[in-house]
Amino acid sequence: MLSVKHNESVTFTEDMLGKFAEIVRRYPEGRQKSALLPLLHEVQAEFGWLSVSAMDKVAEYLHLDPIEVYEVATFYTMFFLQPKGRFNLEVCRTGPCCLVGAERIMTHLEEKLGVKEGEVTADGLFSWRGVECLAACGYGPVLQIGPEYTFYENLTAEGVDELINELRKKAEGAKLDADS
Amino acid sequence: MARKLLLTHIDIPGINTFEVYRQKGGYRAVEKALKTLTPDDVLEEVKKSGLRGRGGAGFPTGMKWSFLAKPEGIPRYLVCNGDESEPGTFKDRYLMTHIPHALIEGMIVSSYALGANTSYIYVRGEMMPQIRILEKAIAEAKHAGFLGKNILGSGFDLELFVQPGGGAYICGEETALLESLEGKRGNPRIKPPFPAVSGLYNCPTVVNNVESIAAVVPIINDGGEEYAKIGVERSTGTKLISAGGNVKNPGVYEIELGLSVEEFLYSDEYCGGIANGKRLKAVVAGGSSVPILPANLILKTLKGESRLMTYESLADGGFQSGTMLGSGGFIAFDEDQCIVRNTWNFTRFYHHESCGQCSPCREGTGWMEKVLHKIEHGHGSFSDIDLLVNVAKNIEGNTICPLGDAAAWPVASAIRHFRDEFEWHVTNGAEARQRNYGLANYADPLEPVV
Repeated sequence: MLSVKHNESVTFTEDMLGKFAEIVRRYPEGRQKSALLPLLHEVQAEFGWLSVSAMDKVAEYLHLDPIEVYEVATFYTMFFLQPKGRFNLEVCRTGPCCLVGAERIMTHLEEKLGVKEGEVTADGLFSWRGVECLAACGYGPVLQIGPEYTFYENLTAEGVDELINELRKKAEGAKLDADS
Repeated sequence: MARKLLLTHIDIPGINTFEVYRQKGGYRAVEKALKTLTPDDVLEEVKKSGLRGRGGAGFPTGMKWSFLAKPEGIPRYLVCNGDESEPGTFKDRYLMTHIPHALIEGMIVSSYALGANTSYIYVRGEMMPQIRILEKAIAEAKHAGFLGKNILGSGFDLELFVQPGGGAYICGEETALLESLEGKRGNPRIKPPFPAVSGLYNCPTVVNNVESIAAVVPIINDGGEEYAKIGVERSTGTKLISAGGNVKNPGVYEIELGLSVEEFLYSDEYCGGIANGKRLKAVVAGGSSVPILPANLILKTLKGESRLMTYESLADGGFQSGTMLGSGGFIAFDEDQCIVRNTWNFTRFYHHESCGQCSPCREGTGWMEKVLHKIEHGHGSFSDIDLLVNVAKNIEGNTICPLGDAAAWPVASAIRHFRDEFEWHVTNGAEARQRNYGLANYADPLEPVV
């Protein structure tokens, strides 16, 4: 569902606009709509999710009707229409990964983080969900973390605990840097 | 040792860079094609090779290329399908990660053959690291003069771009992929017109799988006839097989088509048998969409012949006792796996991934998921099993694209071969929640009963 709750004004930085222009040049003239998915990825990487204001701004940039952006953002599973945790852990839940224990990993994540699938932890750091086949069936169970889609393979419960601790430390480190 | 054509240099450090790839003979196919062959010569070699689409459908690549319309003054496009999302399949990820220049080189030669001056590699959005790898490889190739204007002084121009998807299995269907590349929802188009006549931006377009494009490189280097010498019958060349599930050594293997299933599954060169000393129960040989077969039927055909890793041998017996090579996503199930639970899982996948255009698929996959969930959780009835068969039958063949068939076949085949396990879930509901059915009579005929 589209979120209009957080309708603050959105600004694209010079860096982003430069990247947008480079992307649009990949397509023939008049076919700038082709840039829509790559641009939505860029915007989501910057803001963490796609607010209606951000999508409207993309529509304006590509000379599209806002609905053309909404209908695409709502179709593809990678686009988030609500804020997620700073680290959104996505575990493959499809057949081959389940043959090697993906369901146990998801149960473990739920217990460890104390939030259900799709919910965000109180500190805003974590959310998790099951996703469909990530084309890594030989390395299962697997999970990925956007926006760079870093990949973690052959997961065990202990491995997941370590990963969460690492991510927590990373967030604390970043906070210390920002404070100092 | 089996011949390798795609993964020959996979273990060489730095083969993902232009420099090392070039040292190992990379980009010779571009030089040969652009300097000594006409586009039609390249097409002829691909036809002679007998190469068949490696994405799953197995349609002859040369024939697909020959259908491309060539009206004057209208651009033509080559689009590479790197949307790999068929459960069980992870070979394209492997190829793009470790030897990206094989794909770039194949794209250049193929674009030359088709007369495409702008080509796109559509990669599923979750493979962001692979997208970065390909972008780097493209920049290196361009810097070395293998992309851009007047490549190697041949007069041929080519720009190559990587396009990220947004997370949708349906975009592996070629017309849905083109819609997505045009910045729209991934709804498959009604055919005809086929992409060869009206594809990307309504222009003539060829869409080929990553592995098919990479295979063009050895075909041009060694000649189509040499390529066709490998393999059996109409299954020529080598194929990347993704081995997953409960095998001892999961991973991507390049095999010569014609290898026996038994050798692939049990030899240490490949899967190394079933993990943890368990016994084999079933195999899905070509990605989740193809019919599942019990152990006895995957190793031998109904006629008792050894089953081979070829398009023909895997299909022997039709859907009654055979399956398909598909995308080469080979998933092994050990004796502890529940067929009903897996069928429910796969059906949830298809329901989730149905684009929703066609009612039989949109509604049918949802109903099948619900009924399978009910049976798996011990609340099913015998009529539910027949209902599943009925719904699957009513999806199959009644949709715009093959996702409907792909959703119907796993359900129909699971019930065809494992009906007693479904019935056991109905009659022993409480027990089914506690334990798995086990091997029953599908035991792997090659392993002694312990």
